[in-house]
Amino acid sequence: MRRYFLRKLAIYLVTFVIAVTVDWAIPHLMPGNPILTLIGRIQIQNAQVAQHMYDHYMRAFNLNAPLWKQYWYFWVSLFHGDLGTSILQFPTSVMSIILHAIPYTLGLLIPAILLSWYAGNKVGAMAARRKILDNTALPLGYALTATPYMWLAIILSWGFAVTWQIFPIGFAYDPTATKGWTLSFVLNLLHHWVLPFLSLFLVAFGGWAIGMRNMIIYELESDYAHYLEALGAPQRLVRKYAFRNAMLPQITGLALQLGAIIAGALVTEIVFSYPGLGYQIYRAITNEDYFVIQGIFLFIIVGVLIANFLVDLVYVIVDPRTRIAMEGGKA
Amino acid sequence: MTLRVDDLRVYYRTLAGDVKALDGVTFDLADGEIMGLAGESGCGKSTLGKSLIRLDGRMRYVGGSVTLDGTELPIWDNGQMDEYRFRHVSIVPQYAMSALNPTRKIGRMIDELLHSRGVDMDATLPELERRLELVGLSNDVLTMFPIELSGGMKQRVVMVISTLLDPSLLIADEITSALDVSTQKAVAQTLVQFRDRGFVKSMIVITHDISVLYQVADTILVMYAGKLAEKASAEDIVMAPRHPYTRMLVSSLPEVGVREADHRLSGIAGRPPSLLDPPQGCRFRDRCPLATAKCVEEPPFVEIADGHGAACWHIDQTVGRLDIPLEKIETA
Amino acid sequence: MSTPRLADPVHTVVPSEPASVGPDPAAAPVVGAPAGGHRMSGLGEMLHFAIGNRKLVVGFSIVFAMFIFAIIGPYLAHHPPLEYGGHLSLSPTTKNGYWFGTTLLGQDVFAQFVNGLRLAFIVGALGGSISAAIGMLVGFTAGYRSGVIDEVLNMLTNVVLVIPTFAVLLVIAAYLQVRGIMMESVFIGLTSWPWAARALRAQTFSLVSRDFVDMARLSGRSSWKIIFQEIAPNMSSYLFMMFILLFGGSILIASTLDFIGLGPSNTISLGMMMQLSVQSAALQLHLWWWFLPPGLAIMAIVGSLYVMNVGLDEVFNPKLRTM
Repeated sequence: MRRYFLRKLAIYLVTFVIAVTVDWAIPHLMPGNPILTLIGRIQIQNAQVAQHMYDHYMRAFNLNAPLWKQYWYFWVSLFHGDLGTSILQFPTSVMSIILHAIPYTLGLLIPAILLSWYAGNKVGAMAARRKILDNTALPLGYALTATPYMWLAIILSWGFAVTWQIFPIGFAYDPTATKGWTLSFVLNLLHHWVLPFLSLFLVAFGGWAIGMRNMIIYELESDYAHYLEALGAPQRLVRKYAFRNAMLPQITGLALQLGAIIAGALVTEIVFSYPGLGYQIYRAITNEDYFVIQGIFLFIIVGVLIANFLVDLVYVIVDPRTRIAMEGGKA
Repeated sequence: MTLRVDDLRVYYRTLAGDVKALDGVTFDLADGEIMGLAGESGCGKSTLGKSLIRLDGRMRYVGGSVTLDGTELPIWDNGQMDEYRFRHVSIVPQYAMSALNPTRKIGRMIDELLHSRGVDMDATLPELERRLELVGLSNDVLTMFPIELSGGMKQRVVMVISTLLDPSLLIADEITSALDVSTQKAVAQTLVQFRDRGFVKSMIVITHDISVLYQVADTILVMYAGKLAEKASAEDIVMAPRHPYTRMLVSSLPEVGVREADHRLSGIAGRPPSLLDPPQGCRFRDRCPLATAKCVEEPPFVEIADGHGAACWHIDQTVGRLDIPLEKIETA
Repeated sequence: MSTPRLADPVHTVVPSEPASVGPDPAAAPVVGAPAGGHRMSGLGEMLHFAIGNRKLVVGFSIVFAMFIFAIIGPYLAHHPPLEYGGHLSLSPTTKNGYWFGTTLLGQDVFAQFVNGLRLAFIVGALGGSISAAIGMLVGFTAGYRSGVIDEVLNMLTNVVLVIPTFAVLLVIAAYLQVRGIMMESVFIGLTSWPWAARALRAQTFSLVSRDFVDMARLSGRSSWKIIFQEIAPNMSSYLFMMFILLFGGSILIASTLDFIGLGPSNTISLGMMMQLSVQSAALQLHLWWWFLPPGLAIMAIVGSLYVMNVGLDEVFNPKLRTM
């Protein structure tokens, strides 16, 4: 068992190192002197500020030092939590931008992932039982999962925020409201949260529903299901087993679909100007704020790796076969 | 009389029409009798076995009756049949090795199965353990997952589970096909033991391997292309078969100690007819060396000796030793 | 996005391997084991079932219709997609050929739309082909040659699978000044292959142990010949369905990248249309003809591809054909 997890950990560490290396390497691989182009683009009026920036970046990049040393320093600053400074929002550090944005993104992602997974699986399982439900749920599921995240966000926004003004059109909260943990502010937050959350939820829900429905149908055709039926077991029992077995691949699926829903969150935030990582990355891209882009990239990687590890953990607990196979237990 | 099957017809639905897999089969099974059901692939033996307990996806009940212990089995009604399944009719399926839920401990699965059938697990547990021991499995099996057992062990577990409620009729569907010869013998002997100890009243053992049946069965029923060819005691079928098909089937079996130079193995030329549109009359006539014009009319299944029945117009020509090839028999 | 949303075209049962990264994803649009082991019996019979399958026919018709539209559309447009025609925020009209109206700055939405459709099909085809090719290469090799090679390829696949490749694409594309549709397709292709490789590896495993492969090996054929002449044809239906998923997935990924602002320069794609419309507050201005069509088109194409796939599975896999 330990070997299994150590192996997984090894993969994740390797992935992390590769990701950091890629992150570091890209600006160096692009043509031109990145710093000069950066400084040039900023068009800072104040010569002192420009000089300060130049020095900072020269130090940060250590462009005078040999390549391997630059790479080394990159890691060092990483472990100091120094991801550089934003150009657009100078002198805010990248780290602080990220830390301010992350709660909003997680606030969208975590409920969306968990709820869509749960609801999707439930509805998918129900659709596998009732033909009527299946005939409506299936096309709906396919339509939803084929929808680009940002388009659904656009539709929801246009429909419920612009045309029928039930929900606000953007931002995490009303800029005129007083911040603080008061009921009214919390309600305000929730009010702004609904549409972006819904947008993420619906698309992901479609995918899970279809996946689960197919898995259940597959399990119902398995040998153990047929055996139980031959022995007169009620459908209740057969479905219970089928459901439980169908869940297993859905758990693995969580880890694999993570990348997709994160991308979805990014674009949804853009549509709603919701101040999460997506919104920040969009501003960074439009304004060529490279350090922010790179910093957010690293954060996403770490988040995904952690999530993957958690899913692996859960999977081992839930599927007895992996546990036993790992312990080499065969008669 | 445990089982009485009367003119049972079960077809398979396909896009091209009905495949007449089981086309009018009649036989009796006495208490305590182990009957072997033999024939080539596609002859209908598996269909017969399955029809007696559960019609699967594409099978369609067409006609005939099945009576067990005096009660007619509603095999056409999936819901009503539940009452009889497991308690009165049970099956050890062909896929026994994958018949157990891979993510459930075996003991727990049995518990849930029994509970769902209204049987108290606690009361049954001692008997369950006794039977596991009988087939050579320790009680620890109940705490294991299927993945921890070998194929043979899983099969034995399934055999125990299927017979746990002492059914009147057990259908054993190709349970030795995937095993090596020594394990085949062990499994076959276990079947006989189950009958001898009264766990099961009667059995139908389905296989294409007549040699296994010779060791185990009291009687053997030979099927061809959806119909009965011959039924007799195991001894008679193997030693003195009368139906031309059975004779050719048995002669195609290799014998220990006989060298090819002395006695060549003969197969049966040709292939079984399509059951979508079966030929008129005797279905074996295209491959039968004794076939004449009369065979266009379907021969009835008649009793030709005590406990020995066959469906052939030329049955009187097939008396005699098996080593005389059919071709050499004088035709009238 | 490292995997398309509906990852596995066909559920595959992987023999439980303790050291691997768990069984295959199951968010599958289709169910059933592939018809491995025997070649497709008669193209004619296959076509008969294909035509009778409603999902396949409807799905294919929609995709095909969009495809034709993408080809002839640009010839029907009255204005170049990026030209500022002077009529601002026009709602759809027959005047001047502005059938889909104009954008805030007077660009022809219809022209942009058909141009974007074309680009979508290009990305889908190119990105899908590249990821399919890599997936096949890695999957076949890993499945066929177990041992060290398999371990290494497995590790590689897992690493690329775990990395949210979307993020990588983000960083790369952000740094490139000039981006073309080709580049975008290549990038997408280079990052979408892992789940395909994993699924193909599992399929290859199950076929490799079959007798006909042993026969081929005994007859001394080279590994590549065996892979392409014995194994791949048995999986041809599976490969085809996988390609369809990759095609759809590439379109989705491309539209997302475009929306964030990393689309190809000097042209306009469906994702970019949506981006520009949001940026220009088209929602508040109710310029629905600008932001509705692009997303609708993507949803129609990708959704139809998925439905096609379900239909294909039924055609290829007789067990699934409902009576």
